[in-house]
Amino acid sequence: MKQLEFESRNQDFWREMDDFLSQDIGPKASFPGDFPKRYRRLCQHLAIAKSRGYAISLVSHLNDLVKRGYQAMYGNKSIDRQNMLQFFAYGFPAVLRSNSRFLWVAAAVFVLPYVVYMLGCWVNDQLLYSIMDSRSVRMMETMYEPGLDKFGRERQSASDIMMFGHYISNNIGIAFRCFATGIFAGLGSLFVLAYNGLVIGGVSGHLSNLGYGETFYPFVIGHGSFELTAIVFSGAAGLMLGYALIAPGKLDRKTALRKAAGDAIKVMYGVFVMLMIAAFIEAFWSSSSLTPNAVKYAVGAFLWVFVFYYCFFFARTRVAAYQSLYGTR
Amino acid sequence: MKLDTISQIETPEGVDLSAEVVGLTPRALAYLIDFLIRIGLYFALAIALSFFGVVGYGLLLIIWFALEWWYPVLFEYFRDGQTIGKKSMGIKVVNDDFTRLTFAAALTRNLLRAADFLPLFYGFGALSMMVSNRFQRLGDFAAGTVVIYAEPSGNTNHALSKITAIAPSQTLSDEQQAACINFTLNRGNISAARLEELAEIIRPILPSNTVDPVAYIKGVGKWLMGATSEAPADDGSLDRSLEKESAASLDSGGGK
Repeated sequence: MKQLEFESRNQDFWREMDDFLSQDIGPKASFPGDFPKRYRRLCQHLAIAKSRGYAISLVSHLNDLVKRGYQAMYGNKSIDRQNMLQFFAYGFPAVLRSNSRFLWVAAAVFVLPYVVYMLGCWVNDQLLYSIMDSRSVRMMETMYEPGLDKFGRERQSASDIMMFGHYISNNIGIAFRCFATGIFAGLGSLFVLAYNGLVIGGVSGHLSNLGYGETFYPFVIGHGSFELTAIVFSGAAGLMLGYALIAPGKLDRKTALRKAAGDAIKVMYGVFVMLMIAAFIEAFWSSSSLTPNAVKYAVGAFLWVFVFYYCFFFARTRVAAYQSLYGTR
Repeated sequence: MKLDTISQIETPEGVDLSAEVVGLTPRALAYLIDFLIRIGLYFALAIALSFFGVVGYGLLLIIWFALEWWYPVLFEYFRDGQTIGKKSMGIKVVNDDFTRLTFAAALTRNLLRAADFLPLFYGFGALSMMVSNRFQRLGDFAAGTVVIYAEPSGNTNHALSKITAIAPSQTLSDEQQAACINFTLNRGNISAARLEELAEIIRPILPSNTVDPVAYIKGVGKWLMGATSEAPADDGSLDRSLEKESAASLDSGGGK
């Protein structure tokens, strides 16, 4: 069959398919029952056109139709059907537990500098200036001065909503960058973790040295549970990317990276939600000077226990079943 | 060695599907368009929210965060791989098996912008695209995505009616036939002057009485596509017999 005859015979079918596939085919679109058959016919036409060496323009037109048909046919299977509630109940803890060694490394890289600088700045009130300029240190000091209405704020006029916005754009941005730069053999994540460990540890030691502990610790204990843990998690997710490139194992680096990113992005879903919660607590709860410290400590302690219980101990058997979904590397 | 920008995958039906991957420049332009849109939106909202004091400022920070990180993710997920900039450049993001972009992939590739952006304005991203054979930046590698042209060059048969089909005077190989047909259909991107220039190259092997080589080759192309020859070229009996032979062999072999 020559090209023109082939074209005139099938023109109508192609036009029909073109119209059908031009509709906005969303992730949840449904198809008539004979779609697979029609799609296969299209595939056959493409194969014929190619093997008979028909003109490039016809081949590319059919290629385009098949491509859209293929997306409609197979695109839907890759949508995550797992519902969100289920993911946060079991999926997120499962992906954390499957990748626990990255969590240990990330936690160590954050906590060790934290402890060292906290103790250092507690003993030596000049040490903090080694990592922060004097203006920032002074700002930190004024933010936690006892007797303020609102703690943790540069200006007392700042409203809760404003601080909420600030925590979201600042903290979540840091976590996202901490994750992304892990692709450079983990170096970016390690740097962000260690640096934040130094600064946060240093500031807490410095303020304790000044005797501001009674305002600082009640302020940070509540949201710290979500915020600090989430930063460590984002670092761990970054390390997963970096490690896949350094030690891809039996896979080639590209495949290993992709596989690791599949797990890491699930960690990042959780990180995002945790930091939203942290920002909310920090803006609307932690800053208040009216709530008695004892209540803040009690709530803070509860939140810490909650976060750790949820991430590492909650629903062990159910979560273990989910863990088989994730690469235990 | 691969010189073109065509990327191929095999579908479960066993046909090879191809798409043209997009290089640095159109993607940079798409990014620029998106960037201007985001900046524009941000300033418009900044002015509007400036009437609401510190609350407005707080909302503005949240909006900035959303525009910076979520604008591309949500557009690419909900608008089939296209942000406004990508749509205007006629390009889109797909999973590397050419299926519709998943949410996880959209988020992964856009979070990793932070890495691609380093050390200076998408330095690593550009480097990664240049060394990869499918123009993937780091985020594309991690997410398993490619950016392809959304629209193929169209099937333009409309100019065919003006051409008179001419039976070729000699046997043509498969490649030669394909070349003639593609010359005839001229996918709309070769100028008339260039067509003439190309046709002049093979004038020595065309029948000596050919006046317009462009028309002749186009005619042969149309004939090869299956149009009946209305005005067969008169080139002597030897050529005629060759022509019949080639036509016969073509028909038995499936034809063109």
